[in-house]
Formats: sequence, C-alpha cells, structure tokens
Amino acid sequence: MIMPERQQAAFALTNLHLIDPSAGLDEKGAILVEDGKIKAIGANVAGQLPEDILRVDGGGKIAAPGLVDMHVTTGEPGAEHRETLRSASHAAAAGGVTTMACMPDTDPVIDDIALVDFIKRRARDTARVHVKPYAAMTRGLEGKEMTEIGLMLEAGAVALSNGRKAITNAQIMRRVMTYANDFGALIVHHPEDPDLVGNGVMNLGETSTRLGLPGIPSEAETIMVARDTRLAQLTGCRYHAGQISCAESLDIIRRAKDKGLDVTCGVSINHLTLNENDIGLYRTFYKMSPPLRTEDERLAMIEGVADGTIDVIVSAHDPQDVDTKRHPFAECADGAVGLETMLSASMRLVHDNQLSMTQVIKALSTTPASLLGLDAGSLKPGMPADIIIFDPDLPWVMRRDMLKSRSKNTAFHKSKLSGKVLQTYVDGQQVYHYDPS
Amino acid sequence: MAFAHRHLLGIAGLTPPEITALLDLAEEAVEISRQVEKKKVTLKGRTQINLFFEASTRTQSSFELAGKRLGADVMNMAVRNSSVSKGETLLDTAMTLSAMNPDILVVRHAAAGAPQLLARKVGCSVINAGDGAHEHPTQALLDALTIRRHKKRLDNLVVAICGDILHSRVARSNILLLTAMGAEVRLIAPTTLLPANVEAMGVKCYRNMKEGLADADVVMMLRLQLERMSGAFVPSSREYFHFYGLDEEKLKQAKDDAIVMHPGPMNRGIEIDSSVADSGRSVIHEQVEMGVAVRMAVIETLAKNSFEFGPVETE
Repeated sequence: MIMPERQQAAFALTNLHLIDPSAGLDEKGAILVEDGKIKAIGANVAGQLPEDILRVDGGGKIAAPGLVDMHVTTGEPGAEHRETLRSASHAAAAGGVTTMACMPDTDPVIDDIALVDFIKRRARDTARVHVKPYAAMTRGLEGKEMTEIGLMLEAGAVALSNGRKAITNAQIMRRVMTYANDFGALIVHHPEDPDLVGNGVMNLGETSTRLGLPGIPSEAETIMVARDTRLAQLTGCRYHAGQISCAESLDIIRRAKDKGLDVTCGVSINHLTLNENDIGLYRTFYKMSPPLRTEDERLAMIEGVADGTIDVIVSAHDPQDVDTKRHPFAECADGAVGLETMLSASMRLVHDNQLSMTQVIKALSTTPASLLGLDAGSLKPGMPADIIIFDPDLPWVMRRDMLKSRSKNTAFHKSKLSGKVLQTYVDGQQVYHYDPS
Repeated sequence: MAFAHRHLLGIAGLTPPEITALLDLAEEAVEISRQVEKKKVTLKGRTQINLFFEASTRTQSSFELAGKRLGADVMNMAVRNSSVSKGETLLDTAMTLSAMNPDILVVRHAAAGAPQLLARKVGCSVINAGDGAHEHPTQALLDALTIRRHKKRLDNLVVAICGDILHSRVARSNILLLTAMGAEVRLIAPTTLLPANVEAMGVKCYRNMKEGLADADVVMMLRLQLERMSGAFVPSSREYFHFYGLDEEKLKQAKDDAIVMHPGPMNRGIEIDSSVADSGRSVIHEQVEMGVAVRMAVIETLAKNSFEFGPVETE
C-alpha cells in the first residue's frame, strides 16, 4: 500500500466500505482529504477526483470515524513508568482511537488550571492522537472541596470527573452538579459506593465464595447510580455514569432517560466481553472496578448498548505494572489496558450478531464525541480527517508483547480476535498502519 | 499415578479416590507416629521449607514434625507481613527460596490465592497451609481422617459446621471435601457470617442452631475472631454465645454418639463451652494427632510425584 510519508495537502482514500453513524452512511465509496479535513465523501467521490491526486486503496475494508475513548488513564504525570501520554497515544493509534479523554487521577491530580495546561502542552509535544484532559471535580479527588471548574473548562478541560473515586457526600455532589451546570459541563462519575465495596475485590456471589475473596454487591453501583440520577433531576445537570456493570443500573438509567433527564452512561469493553469466571484462579489482570460480573449481567450490558440505554463504550485503559499487579489478587491494583484491543474485542459482538457495525461505531465514536462536544466522531465534509480503516474479519492472536502500551496488563493475552485496525489518520495525517510482518 | 497433582493448593480439584488414597496413607502414618521409633527415611535428602507469612504455631509445627518424621530436612521461615509491600515480600521471598532448590514449599498467607501465585513461579511442589478465606486443605483432610476413624465412613453422615463460615478457609475446604465424599453438610451461622450463595456449594444453611444440629453425626465448631464481634458482624460475644455457642443443652439435639471437633485455637465461652470441649465427645486433641499423619501423607505423595512430573515449568 502506498502511504504518504508526510502530511499531504490532499489525498484520497478509495475502495472503502464507509460507515458513519453521524450521517447514517453505510455504503461503498471514497473519502477526499484536504488540509487535514474531510473535503468530500461518498459513492461518487472516486469518479470526481483530480487525476494527479495521491490515492490510497482501502482494499474494500471499512472506513469509520476515529474512535473517541472517554476513559483513558495514563501515568503522566506521576507514574511515567506505567504509561506516558506519548506511549498511550501510540497504543491509541494502533487501536483506532484518535481522541482519548484522560482521567484526572494522576499524581498530582488534574485539579488546577496549570495541570490542565500541562497535559495539553505535553500532548501537543508528544502525543500522536488528540488528548482531552478531564478536570477533577474536587480538590485532590477527595470529594470535599469543589475545584475551579469554570477556569479549568476555559483552560481546555473537556469534562469533569472524580477519577476512580466516587463522591460519597450527596450534598457536595449536588453543589458540584449545580455549579457545573452553569457552564453546561458534563459530569462523568464513577458510580461505586466505597463503603458498600468495603474490602471487596470481585463480584459478590458463588465465585467469590468459592475463591474465598470478599465480594462487591451490585448495590454498590445501583445505589450510587440511583442517587446520582436523582441529583441530576434536582440540579438539571448533564450527568454521565462512566462505567456501569449491572442490569439493575440499566433500569435506573432507562427511567431517568424516560423522564427526559440529561443522563447518559458508558460501559467498558471488558464488561461487554468478559465475566467473573475469567478470573479463574486469581488472575489479577481481570481485577477491575467495577468488578467483572456474571454472564447474565454481561449479556444485559450488550442489550443495553443494542437498545440505546448505554450510550458509550470505553476501553477503561488503565496501565498497571508489575509493581501493582504481581500480587495476591486481593492486594493488587484494579485495571487493565484496553486501547489497543477495544475495537477488535467489540467485533466479537458484531460477529455474534449482538450489535450491528453501526451501533458499535456509534458507541465508540459518534456518541462520545457529541457528549464531549468535540469535532470528531463523524466523516461529514468539513470535519477533521480523523479516520480509521479496519478489517473486521482479520484473525489474529493477541499477545502482550505486541502492545505499544508501556504496561502489559491486558485481559486479552492469548485471546483469538477477529478484526484489526489497518490505518489510523489524525487530522489527515497517518499515525498508524498495520504491519503484518 | 494415584494422585495426579504436583501441588496441593486446595481440596477443589481432588477426586474422591485421591482423597481416599491420602487418608489411607495417613492411617499408616498414624501407626508410625505411635511407635517409639517414629522416623522414616522416605524423604532422606529432600528439603522442605515452611514459609509462613501468617503466624501459626500449630500448623507450622505440625508440618515441621511431619517432614522430619519422613526424614526430610525442614527449614522454617517466618516472614513478617509488612503492610506496605506484602506481595512484593511474597514473590521476592519465594524466588529467593526457590533458588535454594527446595523440594516442598509449605505456604501460609493472609491473601487468598497466594499459594497459586507462588506455584506458578517456583520450581517445586507447593502445599497450601491456609490462604486467606480460601482453602486449608490439610485441615480438611485431617478432619476427614478423624471423622472416618470414629464413624468408619464419610458418606451419609450429617456434619454440622458452625460459626464464622464467611472468613473461614477451614469451612470451605471441609465443605468441598465432605460433599465430595457424600456427606450431608449443614452450616450454622448468623447470615452476616455466611458467604454469598454458599448453598451453591451443596450445603444447607441454618440460623437456628438446634435445628441445624438435629441428628448430626459430627459437630464442627469454628473459631470466631475477636475483631469480628463487637458490632461489626455480631453485636457481642455474649449474644453470639447465646445463639451460636455450643453447650451441652444444644448438643443434645445431635446424635448421642456425635463427635465434637474444633480446628483450634478455641475461644472457650464464646463458640464452645468448656464442659463440651473437655468432654468425652470432643475429639479435638485427636485432630492434632491426625494433623501430623495427614501432612506426612501429603508430603510423601507429592515428593514421590515430583519424580514423575519432571521439572516444573515456571511462568
């Protein structure tokens, strides 16, 4: 395949199966890129191209808007040995993610305009995909004092988050929501009540009983989701439950949506493709928050995406190193990397006819882009040329040494996957292409 | 081979014939232990390391004696649990020990799954001497041996396990072993001390102790850790003893020849009344004797197996 070495002012991606949920597009055609933006797209584009333009033949594979991952943790600043913005962005490009929203629970916490600015500058200088920092809702993520929400939004924070810590005090949550609503900011919360989690390390049930591990009831999540949706009603704010894992949470979100509240939710690719049995005999890469639940809950999550109750799929990328993962299960850190496997793992749901290709791309790209108010998630003319070309059927076996992430804590080590990103473009510049050798 | 495992990490995964074979071998070990000359030479030249991350005088000395009676060189390592880097200590210590080429590693750790983690990393047989609230397989085997010697069988017996099931590795291993061997297992505890969905393990749960003890052949009491009382899981030791402490009155519900067991150490007056603990129905001291015998059987079996398995592949 001929690849432009440097950014070309204009080039065309031809012979593609175009999928763009934002335009209801699902047809064969081509894309004309000019000055980093999409100039034209569709079935007729190929016939109208200037003769001397560089053409990249897509081989009939799928072209879709680059993915927008609403939940990425990096180690920068504070834990660069696990992941930097640079290494995360390489992983993102390989996984088809062209925009990553980075969680604020770094060290130091992103709770000040100088830190928002730091992330933006580091991303500009080192990252090859778009990086959008979340701002912490409370200082130090302690759930006590509100941060300078307005100033951080002005400095470029994309939305508000309290990282992996829930705000347990309802009064503080109410005030943050009320205040944030004046700025139209989206609140992305991790709805998991730490008191009900207690010393729990996995889903509560027969499996936790057999493994002798303390369990986490689904009520740790549902009570928090219920509280948050009530507070969203009280304050009128835009609320997004970052990751849900239980069917009961779906019911609560569905009711909130039926009432017309501005409530949305996400699910991680892990909770769509794995369940608690994957833990086996204490495999720590499957320890995450929220915990992997039962098979029934997993199937309910897929249904939730299919019926639109769940709006967004995230990677929940959380690099952890040997120092935090090579411990007995109860003592090790939560989290798994996911940027590079999110799309391939999602293809399992398409191949099993549980979700359509458009539904998957919508939840991975179009909807998160619109929730975060970004110029992304769409291939309409005029949009930045953030484009992925992928083969939904290409079979491959994932091995952790293939990962571009600095941390290798993948939950898909040795997994057979069908579907691989072949090319990734950010602002019309190629940032990744698959090299089978 | 009769026992197709390199390690003994739990009762889960053992078949009834494997359990029976271990118990039969342990019977022979009982005889040896009762002789004046108690030493075998089966494990001459082998090295056994007892790696205890959690203090335990009884289990550790039982394993030590078992190894020595088989002729092995036994080394005890008590590793203090630093709260900061428990896991680091675990793997680092294990790798260090592994480099000393032991044949048997006996591990106790406060975290469930720690022996599994070690077994993947070291090049020798690992025996789980208790991991968190997961399993304590040699305790279940010694309990089974004690029961079998008194009742001549394990199937069709009613065994009532009473006390803090939630935090008990002894209970889990016993449930797995006894249900596998065909016994009816009942759990008696307040619901705050029962694990979720434990019925799925093939047991019946009772909140009323007298009902649970009705016609029981074996009454197995568990230790209630002091920190679990005083409001966290039960309101007070007084209230606990009232409802769940084993006294003569409640024991009347069990069969006349029912035996009373306890893995020790006992909290007299909290889970068991002294008059019961010291009565003729108590087999608590015999359990300690069977402990050495069962551990001899396990160590010998695994040591023999290591020839047939060849070198361990570590990750």
